[in-house]
Amino acid sequence: MGELLIKENEKKIVVPGEVLATGMDYLPASGAFREDDKIISSLLGIASTNGRLVKVVPLNGPYVPKLGDTVIGRIADVNYSNWFVDIGYAYDASLTMKEATSEFIPRGADISEIFALNDLLVLKITNVTRSKAIDVSLRGPGLRGLRGGKVVNVMATKVPRIVGKQGSMIGMIKDMTGCDIVAGQNGRIWISGQDPESEKLATDAVRLIEDESHVSGLTDRVKAFMEKARGEKK
Amino acid sequence: MKYTERFDGRKFDELRPVSAEVGVVKNALGSAKFAIGKSVAIAAVYGPRELHPRFKQNPETGMLRCTYNMVAFSGSGNRVRPGPSRRSKEISLVTTEALAPVLDLTEFPKAAVDVFIELIQTDAGTRCAGICAASLAIADAGFPMKDLVAAVSCGIVGDTPVLDLNYDEEAYEGGAVDIPVAMMPRKEQITLLQLDGKLTKEQLKAALKLAKKGCKDLYEVQRAALRAKYQGERR
Repeated sequence: MGELLIKENEKKIVVPGEVLATGMDYLPASGAFREDDKIISSLLGIASTNGRLVKVVPLNGPYVPKLGDTVIGRIADVNYSNWFVDIGYAYDASLTMKEATSEFIPRGADISEIFALNDLLVLKITNVTRSKAIDVSLRGPGLRGLRGGKVVNVMATKVPRIVGKQGSMIGMIKDMTGCDIVAGQNGRIWISGQDPESEKLATDAVRLIEDESHVSGLTDRVKAFMEKARGEKK
Repeated sequence: MKYTERFDGRKFDELRPVSAEVGVVKNALGSAKFAIGKSVAIAAVYGPRELHPRFKQNPETGMLRCTYNMVAFSGSGNRVRPGPSRRSKEISLVTTEALAPVLDLTEFPKAAVDVFIELIQTDAGTRCAGICAASLAIADAGFPMKDLVAAVSCGIVGDTPVLDLNYDEEAYEGGAVDIPVAMMPRKEQITLLQLDGKLTKEQLKAALKLAKKGCKDLYEVQRAALRAKYQGERR
């Protein structure tokens, strides 16, 4: 008979090597592994169960590129027929001419006229090989080059909280600040507003979410924070 | 010569006062400070990043690189010359090898993860303090690990097995053997054991028994430090 060593809704913080459950009744999901008859955490994070599955959601961590991720990249190198894009991983991703634009490009054209060094782009990851060679594409809804604005770097593990359920959190920040915001799953948040104040407010809200995402009642606190900030301005 | 009472009045199986804190270097992905007695280590983790030279890249998994360094003012008055030396390069290597067995970098093929360990104050047992700090920093950075690594020195001073030697004990005139030990506490597997000196098999066994107990105590301190980073802010 197996025994669960974490309580169901406790949101317990566990450390690597901590035993989460014993016995064969439970199965390890992400952030956990089985050793003999024990299920053990491999991350510093919050443990939770879903039926028989035991998983650990990390509190911090580097960005790991996955197929289908929407990321914000910066052009790091321009070649004759492709670009290399820094997406916040150890190695740059490759963007080919075909994936970048549907326009006709004559032979020998200077493709830096389309995207130059340091240009910001919203991209989708279309291929990740076993050794993490990454291809990205600009073909798809919402994928485009970004002009102006600024990029805020956050922990990649916090991006789902910044976006919220069905984009509720990011929608609220957009509505209350009037800023245009794009959240890349690689932990880069692009913010572009009418004036520096609203960009600053949106940035502060994003930072607040990053710092307190593991504490419950987040949406209300972010809302209260922004209402207070706007009240002070008036 | 008989060593009947420790210079600092501790029991023979007692650690020096230990403290640990996680998240001390804000720029780093993960960081930790670990102090045992007067030895204080700070570790910071960066990466995964590009690995050069290219022939070192492994398409199957990432590579851990640890760098151990004593800062100039860390000694007891004489300036320590920082930077690579025969000693610090050896310690960097054994630290990497002590931590590598717990770390899973298969998600980051060809890349390197850098761990920088700086000793800001030293009073023996620095490589163990460095390993404890590095293990905390890697966990804080969010890399998958099988277990934490706890490390402490044990040894023989005079004829007596002792835990966690300080500098005075290491320099004991009646002779001392210093044995740094690093361990994965859950399965009690040893990842580092260095020994330089003469001792009997029984003495080694007695010393390792002390080290095992010491590592388990340190593990509890490490766990508490990792939790404290997030639980302090919790309401």
